[in-house]
Amino acid sequence: MLDFANLLGKLHGNIFPSDIMTIGAALSMVGIGLLIVIYLTISKRWHWLFREWLTSVDHKKIGIMYIIVAIVMLIRGGADALLLRTQQATSVGSSHGIVSANTFQQIFSAHGTIMIFFAAMGLMFGLINLVLPLLIGARDVAFPFLNLTGFWLFAAGMILVNLSLGVGEFSAAGWLAYPPLSELRYSPGVGVDYWIWSLQIAGIGSLFSGINFLSTIVKMRARGMNLMKMPMFVWSVLGSMLLVLFAFPILTATLSLLFLDRTLGMHFFTASGGGNAMMYVNLIWAWGHPEVYILILPAFGVFSEVVATFSKKRLFGYTTMVWAIAAITILSFSVWLHHFFTMGAGADVNGFFGIMTMVIAIPTGVKLFNWLATMFRGRISLKLPMYWFLGFVALFTVGGVAGVVMAVPPADFQLHNSLFLVAHFHTMIVGGVLFGYFAGINYWFPKFTGFKLNERIGRYAFWCWVIGFLLAFVPLYILGLMGATRRIDHYSASLGWQPLFIVAGIGAGIIGLGVVLTLAQIVYSIWKRKDNLDYSGDPWDGRTLEWSIPSPAPFYNFAVVPEVDSIDAYWEQKKSASAKTRQAKVVYEDIVMPKNAPESVIIGMFAIGLGFGFVWHIWALVVVCFIGIIVTVIIRTTSEDPHEYVLKASVIEKIEKDALLRSKAHA
Amino acid sequence: MKRKHLVAIILILVIAFLVIAGIYLAGSNIQVLDPKGPIALKERNLIYVALALSLIVVLPVYGLTIAFVIRYREGNKKAKYSPNLHGNWAAETIWWLIPSTIIAVLAVIAWNSSHSLDPYKPIASVNKPINIQVIAEDWKWLFIYPKENIASVNYFQFPVNVPLNFNITADAPMNSFWIPQLGGQIYAMPGMDTQLHLMATSKGSYYGSSANISGTGFAGMNFTAQASSLSSYNEWIKTVKNTGIKLNPSSYYNLARPSSYNPISYYSSVSNGLFLSVINKYMTPIQNNNSNNSSGNNNNNNNMNMNGMSM
Repeated sequence: MLDFANLLGKLHGNIFPSDIMTIGAALSMVGIGLLIVIYLTISKRWHWLFREWLTSVDHKKIGIMYIIVAIVMLIRGGADALLLRTQQATSVGSSHGIVSANTFQQIFSAHGTIMIFFAAMGLMFGLINLVLPLLIGARDVAFPFLNLTGFWLFAAGMILVNLSLGVGEFSAAGWLAYPPLSELRYSPGVGVDYWIWSLQIAGIGSLFSGINFLSTIVKMRARGMNLMKMPMFVWSVLGSMLLVLFAFPILTATLSLLFLDRTLGMHFFTASGGGNAMMYVNLIWAWGHPEVYILILPAFGVFSEVVATFSKKRLFGYTTMVWAIAAITILSFSVWLHHFFTMGAGADVNGFFGIMTMVIAIPTGVKLFNWLATMFRGRISLKLPMYWFLGFVALFTVGGVAGVVMAVPPADFQLHNSLFLVAHFHTMIVGGVLFGYFAGINYWFPKFTGFKLNERIGRYAFWCWVIGFLLAFVPLYILGLMGATRRIDHYSASLGWQPLFIVAGIGAGIIGLGVVLTLAQIVYSIWKRKDNLDYSGDPWDGRTLEWSIPSPAPFYNFAVVPEVDSIDAYWEQKKSASAKTRQAKVVYEDIVMPKNAPESVIIGMFAIGLGFGFVWHIWALVVVCFIGIIVTVIIRTTSEDPHEYVLKASVIEKIEKDALLRSKAHA
Repeated sequence: MKRKHLVAIILILVIAFLVIAGIYLAGSNIQVLDPKGPIALKERNLIYVALALSLIVVLPVYGLTIAFVIRYREGNKKAKYSPNLHGNWAAETIWWLIPSTIIAVLAVIAWNSSHSLDPYKPIASVNKPINIQVIAEDWKWLFIYPKENIASVNYFQFPVNVPLNFNITADAPMNSFWIPQLGGQIYAMPGMDTQLHLMATSKGSYYGSSANISGTGFAGMNFTAQASSLSSYNEWIKTVKNTGIKLNPSSYYNLARPSSYNPISYYSSVSNGLFLSVINKYMTPIQNNNSNNSSGNNNNNNNMNMNGMSM
């Protein structure tokens, strides 16, 4: 007979949090979740949600789902950040702040994990999903089912991370969980296991997305669009996805080894038993450093599109931009050791990796100069995407200088693991990555909704972000120089750090206001959408193919697959005289479209069960979920159903004519 | 104009804020920029040099960005508009070369300084160096003076202008040993012996900490590095020799148990080979498969019999 207690693995006894902050956070998340469920039930929206969104393989809808999840995670991670700032501003001398040391450590581990994997990565895959096929004139991505499955694995990882808030605990070992601290001996709880499995599952989802987008770029470009005619955003995604393809398997392997250590008593990274923690540090950064460039390259791509469009000028130095992206892509695999110059590697090794790190600044500098040259002799219209670009230039260069300084190994000995480092990478990730994605969202929003985002609230949000950022992170640069290390939950009053921590806390609050205003901007724009409607499909006088189709983009994207013979294909088309006449003699044809894929949702649900089972050692659940995933995949792949349907030319013609009429009526 | 008033108010507030911040910072101890030894001094200068070289690129970028946004704004119809200007080989070559040149200079500096400031490199001095063995514990620092045969927790003293040779390990997760005013950090790792060479040129109490998270109590892993005159140092050695208990396997076992915010404490003598035995504890796979608590003590006893100290 089965022993019930054994069946449930470690899931017994006191598994719920006792810390008041954690309980509050968990309860509020449960509350919000319940409200959404009640709303969906009352308004009878479940079927609609499932059919139109959750199982949809339309890349635009997947993109929107990614962005919604990412924004929710940005709020969760932001709330974590406010708690961290409050703790560090108050926990000085005899006061020990608002949370315990262990809770504090869980919060910053969750903050880093969530912001990188679920906020930044979510925004990135969201944007790529939204616009990449449109930019290359494709009707779909290469592997729609794989794409949706990637999203659901991402969502499963996200759910696991947040589950740890209410059931058990989260890792307290930092966002990269260095062993031996993350080994069973020093972290016996389930926290690190939650970390491993949420990243493992989300990471495999990212790999799926990487394969999908890489194939899409390589195989599905419009006729005539050879590599050197691709929009720069597509180039940047190509570089980024190549990195995903090479880097994420390293993450998967590293997490697997740590899992084997923790669960099966192996000794890859343990302090004793022949293990070597330094191997983990190398492996995790061999993924971790490319990861930074995975995030920043698409942001660079967004800026390339934005600067050209809003300067009404072709992007300057297309070829050098491509080479710069290529150089960054390759070099990003040769710098990982700069994350641990202080591990005693020796002067030759440190010197080599220091120089490689500096070299990567060269193509980045070239990109900046090219953007400036694009603005040179342009007609710059200062719309929101340009605001975000200028904010990026202001902050990213500061972060870049800090980065170059830290690339000198002996200088890094003094700055490593200090708040200077924390300020540096936040400047890069917020000022670079996040501002880039915000620019992209403001830029492409009308293409998917048919109306623009409100400019005024957007500007308020922008200023809150920039000013809040400076107030929050300039003090951290200084604190780092004052000897303040990262991740401390308490410090002595005599060090004189508190005033700067308080200023940083105020700055974080202003950034929080920026997040609220960003949300307000979206909500207000939806509410007052009639004021910002765009019938033309081309609100910014755009240059690339996505602006050639109606807004919101029809679900089949292009009624007629475009032909391309230049960079900025749509801009050239608009300029040529034949553009108007060409539209008249359009011949529509049937399009084969992919069907919804409920299997992806099922795989995602099984993945949650699989991760949860591994975390709590509920082996029966692990086996059931694993078999469930395999069976779902087998059923899907062996089914007679081609998972496709034919969209009739007459239907397309009607949709296109309606859009044309609408646009003419408002012209 | 209301807008002008608003701008003026904001400007005044910003200036007031900067002035207050400046006064505050002038009175603060910005440790990394206020070195008290040759290593920290050279490392600070490196920070300044790298900063200055980077600014050669950054300042023009700032200037040009502002200038272009103003000059080529949509409303300014006087400015030249060249929508088809999309490349210029000369210009592009120049801005590949400018950052490349700066990085080339910085690369030479990085390579040379990596060697000259290698933490493993002893400091040349007329004075004979002092060897100090450092063990990161959960969550405090143990300093062993093998020659003087004393040990202390969260505090150590040394004479100025005498090079310090540190051998560093951990009997805990990974930590990082950092005294900002004397020089950069290095990791303290179980089963490893990392090295660091520092020296103080002026007397004072210097703040030290662990820069790498090692568990719940790590925020309390602070220590004081006290640079004093030679006579004061000798006196301190004598004081330690006369106070405190002996650091033998059993008192070490008590010390190594997790505790945080530990007060300063002294050990009047140290069992021979303790440092090496702490390293070896993690290098013996089979013994460590036993439960750690019961066997750790025995391991120490076993290893302590080998007089393997060569430092």
